[in-house]
Amino acid sequence: MKSTLRKKWMTTFILLLVALLTLSACNTPAPAPAPTPTPTPAPAKLTGDIIIDGSSTVFPITEAVAEEFRKVNPDVKISIGVSGTGGGFKKFTIGETDISNASRPIKESEAAVAKENKIDFVEFKIAFDGLSVMVNKSNDFVDSLTMDELKAIWNPESTVKTWRDVRAAWPNEPIKLYAPGTDSGTFDYFTEVVNGKSGAVRTDFTPSEDDNVLVQGIAGDKYSLGFFGFAYYVENKDILKIVKIDAGKGPIEPTFDTIKDGTYAPLSRPVFMYVTEKALAKEHVNAFVKYFLTDGTDLIKEVGYVQLEESLYAEGLAKLK
Amino acid sequence: MRNPISYNKRREFSNKLAHLLFATAAFVSIFVLVILLSDLIARGSRFINWEFFINFPSRFASKSGILPAMLGSLWLVVLTALISIPLSISAAVYLEEYAMENRFTRFIKINISNLAGVPSIVYGILGLSFFVRTLGLGRSILSGALTMSLLIMPIMIVATQEAIRMIPASLREGSYALGASKWKTVKGIVLPSALPGILTGVILAISRALGESAPLLLVGAFSFVSTLPKGIMDSFIVMPIQIYTWMSKPSADFRDLTAAAIMVLMALLLTLNMTAIIIRNKFQQTYE
Repeated sequence: MKSTLRKKWMTTFILLLVALLTLSACNTPAPAPAPTPTPTPAPAKLTGDIIIDGSSTVFPITEAVAEEFRKVNPDVKISIGVSGTGGGFKKFTIGETDISNASRPIKESEAAVAKENKIDFVEFKIAFDGLSVMVNKSNDFVDSLTMDELKAIWNPESTVKTWRDVRAAWPNEPIKLYAPGTDSGTFDYFTEVVNGKSGAVRTDFTPSEDDNVLVQGIAGDKYSLGFFGFAYYVENKDILKIVKIDAGKGPIEPTFDTIKDGTYAPLSRPVFMYVTEKALAKEHVNAFVKYFLTDGTDLIKEVGYVQLEESLYAEGLAKLK
Repeated sequence: MRNPISYNKRREFSNKLAHLLFATAAFVSIFVLVILLSDLIARGSRFINWEFFINFPSRFASKSGILPAMLGSLWLVVLTALISIPLSISAAVYLEEYAMENRFTRFIKINISNLAGVPSIVYGILGLSFFVRTLGLGRSILSGALTMSLLIMPIMIVATQEAIRMIPASLREGSYALGASKWKTVKGIVLPSALPGILTGVILAISRALGESAPLLLVGAFSFVSTLPKGIMDSFIVMPIQIYTWMSKPSADFRDLTAAAIMVLMALLLTLNMTAIIIRNKFQQTYE
């Protein structure tokens, strides 16, 4: 009796294995998308570790560059963590990481900690992210918002509860707010630019560290309003409606071009990479940063971010000796 | 006097009702599992191919694979098992066989049971401050394995203790009567008879270790690693973290890729469980 039970388990197990293998064999990989740029040949056989941590906004860019860099230098071990801009700086300023990704510039207090620990670093601008403000697809009354209206909605002492409180012509429906959580650099930047102080915001919004959750929230809520990075808007254009932002020069919609040339302001922000001097002195780190600022820049658009002007990359390259 | 016919009908009805309710309860849980599995299969099966198992993650969903995550999970779980299984079984044997029954040992036993309920993230914080920083092990597989061992040891110790307690005194007394020493008794009678229960505890604990992400993120697992692990001091990524990373990406393709990764993780867990069940059945036959 027991041995037939065992036979049954074995048969099920083998069947499962066969099923998995058949699935693998039957599935041919989907046709590969547009060919990636051929990397410039770097000196062969670089080895070493690079520890990177920081912003979740910058992570896709660094991941893409690491993916391509790996093809030329397979022995360089690149490890990327996502502790958030603030979390990344905490580790960076005590010397635990080589590179810190950041979606805002380093704060005075963080730089002071680095100085205390004798960590010298170099700042590199790597891309633009356009912070996009979004409403539900079926929202037919909001086309654009001014910076003042945004401030009225989001500031900590805000008394705005319904859309009518913003503009009298709009419906008397409560606004449902969605935004990244307080750990996020995106949150820091938005509150600084809109409310004047980083971290200052009204308390009754739905926060989430995962931008996909915000997308779903706004897409499902007719009178919702939220913001997050441009990359998440681009991927979900069909279920969200973008709000044009008027900062005094007329309503501007965020696109690759308006973000790149700076007309989509002030919600367009540069994202950064901070590298310790100690790490830059190492050949493999130097090669990685150099690759990032040359061939790596072609990958930025592919992951939904916007390239800087060439001159800014040249400036960064000049900092590498 | 009650009408015997309607009384019987009522009894039959309540019998059938009870049967139906219990059966429904059982099927509801399976039903939910079936829905989950079919959703996973519908979304993710197009990504299951040979490349998926041997590729590194990529910014393109079609070119992404789970090799570093799978190997990272394997390295971590094997190292965790090597550290925690001997320690747990030894601790349980000591507590059940050798320790004197006094206030101190009772205190230890209560504390170990409580530790089984501590949220896993607390172990992550402990691991970060002690293993990563104080002992200087850094963000390595070893730090991760030590942290996970701390996490799963209470579960294994309690399960082993229960299994040892179930052994009838007659078996032990028989062994002593034949002149065996305490150690011989433990080695030859207690441990083999308790093995099915011990293995159940081990399966549960290892399955939990395979599915944890929060304490590992704290201890320093990465969200992307460009090479495969070569030693226990290497950086690592594990499957739950890879799944979470893909889930957070903007593109819908990556969410389907996540379904494929979940299928692989479940297959891995199922294999582990089945292996342990087979071993357990084998020992149950020998010692029944």
